[in-house]
Amino acid sequence: MIIENSEVILSVRDLTANVDSNQILKGVNLELKAGEIHAIMGPNGSGKSTLSKVLAGHPAYEVTGGEVIFQGQNLLEMEPQERARGGVFLAFQYPLEIPGVSNVDFLRVAYNSGRKAKGLEELDAFDFDELIQEKLDVVKMNPSFLSRSVNEGFSGGEKKRNEILQMALLEPKLAILDETDSGLDIDALKIVANGVNQLAKPDNATLMITHYQRLLSYIVPDFVHVMEGGRIISSGTKELALELEERGYEWVREEEASEVGV
Amino acid sequence: MNSQVLKSTSINRDAYLTGLLNLVSRVTPPQPSPPAGRGPERVLEGWLEELEGWLEGLRDRSSAILLEETFPSTKDEAWRFTDLSPLLQVTFQLPETSNVASIPSSEITPLIFSEAADSRLVFVNGVYAPQLSSVAGLPVGVFAGNLTALPENYRSSIPNYLGKQHGATEVFTALNTAGLTDAAVVWVSKNQVIETPIHLLFISTLSDSPTISQPRCLVVAETNSQVTLIEDYLTISDWCADKSHPYFVNTVTEIWAQENAQINHSRIQRNSNVAFHIGKTAISQARHSRYTCNAINLGGKISRHNLEVYQTGQETETTLNGLTMIAGEQLADTHSALILNHPHSTSRQLQKNIARDRSHVVFNGRVFVAKAAQLTDAGQLNRNLLLSPKARIDTKPQLEIIADNVKCSHGATVSQLDDEEVFYLQSRGLDKVSAYNLLVDAFAAEILNQIPLNSVGIMLSQCIACRTI
Ligand SMILES: Nc1ncnc2c1ncn2[C@@H]1O[C@H](COP(=O)(O)OP(=O)(O)O)[C@@H](O)[C@H]1O
Ligand SMILES: [Mg+2]
Repeated sequence: MIIENSEVILSVRDLTANVDSNQILKGVNLELKAGEIHAIMGPNGSGKSTLSKVLAGHPAYEVTGGEVIFQGQNLLEMEPQERARGGVFLAFQYPLEIPGVSNVDFLRVAYNSGRKAKGLEELDAFDFDELIQEKLDVVKMNPSFLSRSVNEGFSGGEKKRNEILQMALLEPKLAILDETDSGLDIDALKIVANGVNQLAKPDNATLMITHYQRLLSYIVPDFVHVMEGGRIISSGTKELALELEERGYEWVREEEASEVGV
Repeated sequence: MNSQVLKSTSINRDAYLTGLLNLVSRVTPPQPSPPAGRGPERVLEGWLEELEGWLEGLRDRSSAILLEETFPSTKDEAWRFTDLSPLLQVTFQLPETSNVASIPSSEITPLIFSEAADSRLVFVNGVYAPQLSSVAGLPVGVFAGNLTALPENYRSSIPNYLGKQHGATEVFTALNTAGLTDAAVVWVSKNQVIETPIHLLFISTLSDSPTISQPRCLVVAETNSQVTLIEDYLTISDWCADKSHPYFVNTVTEIWAQENAQINHSRIQRNSNVAFHIGKTAISQARHSRYTCNAINLGGKISRHNLEVYQTGQETETTLNGLTMIAGEQLADTHSALILNHPHSTSRQLQKNIARDRSHVVFNGRVFVAKAAQLTDAGQLNRNLLLSPKARIDTKPQLEIIADNVKCSHGATVSQLDDEEVFYLQSRGLDKVSAYNLLVDAFAAEILNQIPLNSVGIMLSQCIACRTI
């Protein structure tokens, strides 16, 4: 929801970044305010995942210019775990499997590292169990998934649900969902969308990266951005997504070209 | 010139071995230990005399073997990666026997596993400590105690088992036998299923000079019996800095699984980092028997575990789980050998190694499948985690398969911690150190989870957690 004069959660200015000395992000500008849901669409290879990894602090991506301000702080100076504890959450496009680490232990360690950073007491296994049972509901997840190794042997849809479970638990200020909808059947998509909608609040912001307009019928964005060649080439409201679906990315490219021409 | 140098070092190694032999041969005959065996004193004395006579013969034979042997060097294939020359620099002495009596039971309390609180034998520097042991929790049908207290019905069988395993002529095994006066004995009678696990605690104490101790252990599981063992090597008064002399623990454990017997054996080596630990575990598996070993190696400056399984009948099952995790300048070497001579057996081996800092792990996993061992199903896996660019892992499967209709597989991997996994954990709020620890723990957990005693698993995970990066 768009709230007049609400706090700026994330402000990205002229962000450029390299991978293996290839420039991938070529000047990204983006602003998210509290309460808002933004969608970034764009063809494969346009740099969407790169943007999300850069925001989360992946060490393989080298920021070469621009700035990222998260709730008034310089995000780029923070370690990945500091960003996470500060309220940045990335739901991975490809969540990792971690054999040997039980999901519930992983969730508890993650949750407690956030509490510790806030100077709060850590939750013991017993209290944590109570909390997590409640959160399982958000994504309709079977409790048996808690005792299994993190994402090991999970189906694609189960992995994505597990990401949203982590999000429900960590209650981020800024949630970045990288193609959380891809590979989901319609039932799973509804569950995930419903989870995200429950978690979107007036005091947080959501950045959804997606390929398909389909998701946007379940999670209605306030703003839609089109990414192409490492830049956001067009921004608008949800109608932009509908046009995109109808006319394809070619159309945005032409629009942009004619704008530049003017 | 060169040959002269060679000659003089080899003389040194011979002389060193002879010195060790002379030292360990200075034995005192076994004393009756309370609670004394059943029956009139006269009968016991008769047994002690008989035992001493027999042990003397055994020691003499081993001494004779050793006189023909030399101390191994890296020129021996079996010791190629494990250089024992730091051991040759040390002049060892026998430990003071008074150490045994001087340990208060409060020192033992934290070492007790709740599941085996009253089924534990404690040996201090290889010497039985009855005042620290307790076997009150064991049911009838099993004997756990030292050799001299062995009940009458088992005594005549001792010569069939003690010192009778294959590989008795190997240098360190023979050295142990050359000084053999007593042993920890676990003897499970026919058809007995012993639910209570038995904890064999071999404690080393540090003293003012370098010492050698030679624990010895004999396990016999008779037909259809079942037993769970925890063999545990550790050091106390570790924290005493001015007593950080090196010490040498040379152990031999002989295990006999008779027909259809089932043994679950966990061996934990957590000696301090000034120890030289050389251990032999020799297992003989009769028809239909099932043996599982969980070998955990954490301690020692230089440690070596020779794990040898000899099959004596068909349709046996063998499971060998191993975890070595070392750091600093430690070296840990596991040489396992599975000798299959009969058909239809199954074996599963999983050896996991974690090397940090400048440590050096060696693993050699031999599997021998004789012509007669048709329809054997043998699998070996070795997974290694290198946590530092200066650490080193030498690993070698050694499959010798003569039978033609068998299923044998092996595989080895060496990896580092996965950067993407570390980032995933960081992105959830874990700092790098916690992320590393969680991943290393997870790597180790696959083996630790195999240990049937909960409290041992917990102790070891703590042990491992406090050693991680
Ligand atoms: N780790 C990497 N190493 C090399 N190239 C990469 C890496 N990550 C992304 N790229 C390249 O950057 C471009 C953008 O990729 P990505 O951000 O994954 O796009 P999207 O998520 O929009 O599909 C692609 O050309 C991809 O090949
Ligand atoms: Mg992507």
